[in-house]
Amino acid sequence: MAELTSPPAAAPRMMARMAARLRGKAADPAKRVQFDSRLLPWLFLAPQLAVIAVFFYWPSIQAVQSSFYLEDPFGFGSTFVGMANYADALTSNSYQRVARFTAIFTVLVTFLSLSLGLLLAVKADAVIRGAATYKTLLISVYAIAPPVAGLIGMMFFDMHIGPFVKLAAWFGWDMRVGLNYFDTAFAMIFVSVWKQIPYNFIFFLSGLQAVPVSVREAAFIDCKNGWTRFRTVVMPLLAPTAFFLLIINITYALFDTFGVIDVMVKDKPANNPITLVYKVYDDGFRGNDIGGSSAQSVILMLVVFALTIVQFRFLEKRIHYG
Amino acid sequence: MAKITIDNVVKTYAGGNTAVHGVTLDIQDGEFIVLVGPSGCGKSTLLRMVAGLETISGGEVRIGERRVNDLDPADRDIAMVFQNYALYPHMTVRENLAYGLKNRGTAKAEIEARVAEAARMLEISQYLDRKPRALSGGQRQRVAMGRAIVRKPAAFLFDEPLSNLDAKLRVTMRGEIRKLQKRLGTTSLYVTHDQLEAMTLADRLVVLNGGRIEQIGKPLEIYHRPASTFVASFIGSPAMNLVDARIDNGTLSFGGLTVAVGSAVNGPVTLGLRAEDMQVAPPGQAGMSMQVEYIEELGAQRLVHGMVGDQALTVTLSPAVPLTDVMQLTLPADRLHLFDAQTGTRLHAEPRRVVQPA
Repeated sequence: MAELTSPPAAAPRMMARMAARLRGKAADPAKRVQFDSRLLPWLFLAPQLAVIAVFFYWPSIQAVQSSFYLEDPFGFGSTFVGMANYADALTSNSYQRVARFTAIFTVLVTFLSLSLGLLLAVKADAVIRGAATYKTLLISVYAIAPPVAGLIGMMFFDMHIGPFVKLAAWFGWDMRVGLNYFDTAFAMIFVSVWKQIPYNFIFFLSGLQAVPVSVREAAFIDCKNGWTRFRTVVMPLLAPTAFFLLIINITYALFDTFGVIDVMVKDKPANNPITLVYKVYDDGFRGNDIGGSSAQSVILMLVVFALTIVQFRFLEKRIHYG
Repeated sequence: MAKITIDNVVKTYAGGNTAVHGVTLDIQDGEFIVLVGPSGCGKSTLLRMVAGLETISGGEVRIGERRVNDLDPADRDIAMVFQNYALYPHMTVRENLAYGLKNRGTAKAEIEARVAEAARMLEISQYLDRKPRALSGGQRQRVAMGRAIVRKPAAFLFDEPLSNLDAKLRVTMRGEIRKLQKRLGTTSLYVTHDQLEAMTLADRLVVLNGGRIEQIGKPLEIYHRPASTFVASFIGSPAMNLVDARIDNGTLSFGGLTVAVGSAVNGPVTLGLRAEDMQVAPPGQAGMSMQVEYIEELGAQRLVHGMVGDQALTVTLSPAVPLTDVMQLTLPADRLHLFDAQTGTRLHAEPRRVVQPA
């Protein structure tokens, strides 16, 4: 586990430094590396910066730019339309419906995958014998690519052969994933959560194992009730990890579930739940509405930006970095 | 405040490895007991069984009149001080001290009063609102002790509490722990591998080896009458010299000297000699010749290491004594320690007569 645990354990610390930077404080002045030449660090950074510039900044600028234009679907020029694309998106009924679903989807996926990941981590942490087997089994799901997870999920929820559909039928639930809006949403959330649990599990487990044994033992002597002990000693020490995961999970639910959703709703009737990021793709590449799609992605970008700021401002203050 | 009874306690781990073999120990109310031994001797395991952090595989532990084998650590009415302090890093010093009381439903005013009292006693009042990471090692150790004191438990358990401190602070804190324990009169069980710490703190010392008690006694009793070669070599610094000698017809011979000892044993024995018990022989008196190998200067005294025949010996001498390459030493007839050459247990024979040249 040593190789596995150390990078996740480092992540919250990285966040702490990032947070310190945001608050305008210098982080760890002692850990400065000296370079002979002033250009050398930039040279090391160059490949990464180039990748970010080409695949993130450049498309972002393009998106912002094209969000103000109405593009000809066949590439014969574009017309400046100002904020019209934004107005269209925000006032459209379908956009609002998708936005509502995205909010519910994000909250549920984040909450469920965080809490289930934590629950499994706490249980695995308590196991001493055969711990490695449990960990490997739980973590292995993480190695599955999102579209593959979506495919596996689809098989589970297949109307004819899916075991979950049969299970649901026992309880009198006639599950029709891909046809029924609610059933599809259920399957979508289920698979997305299932896919994300191992990630949270790894981080929570390494976070739990970073809580010193003697501190837990001291708590054992000071507090009889296991739940109170967890709430007052373990959880606060796990907070940096949890905060880091909260941000990562929201991002996951908003963006990285694309592959899962794509597999589930592609080639299906239109009355299926999708999230904002899928709508951006759908409108842009299927509907050929580049301008509208760009406007939507800019809105999404702003929402995520605002969300992150809010999290750092209000949640981060309560966190103790060890 | 209570007595602690440890009755034939055994610890066997899942792999079948036994760490503690049937230890029996009666601790009186208010007594300061130090468990001492090398690492792996089972002293920490024993302490942790009393604390409830390890399950007890066999035997019984009673605190006061209560059998505590199956009680949660929180229900045993003990407080523990850990080696690495084990303070709650996210709580202030005040919260650290109050935590155990709060969970036991102590009234708020009572908690405040006790925290204030403990803080005053340990001189940490001005740090109450700091987090542990803003404290030095010594201050953290005080907080850890404060956390134990506020609870007013039946017993304090100390698990090598001073090992993480530097040498100077260790001496200071040692004194403070002793003073505090005297003042509060709380029964204490203290684990250390440092024999000096053990000697200075203990009312009674328990020397453990390989999961068994080698000897129980007052520090000076153990120093002057070690029950085995193990205790002899573990307690005291420099360690007691243990050399091979012979007894023939009640006469012990070593290094060309003989002493009449009233022992029925014949044949090889292990002879124990404290470094400070040997002197330079006055001129004209026969002594054993020691070939000096090297000297350790300690200031007030010097340790002279050398060989008598093929056996290594260390002698503590005053710096005033002139050094020569070969030194003539006396055998302290009334301070010889005789041990069985095979088992290492003490032979209860008292030396009776003075040294004579062979």
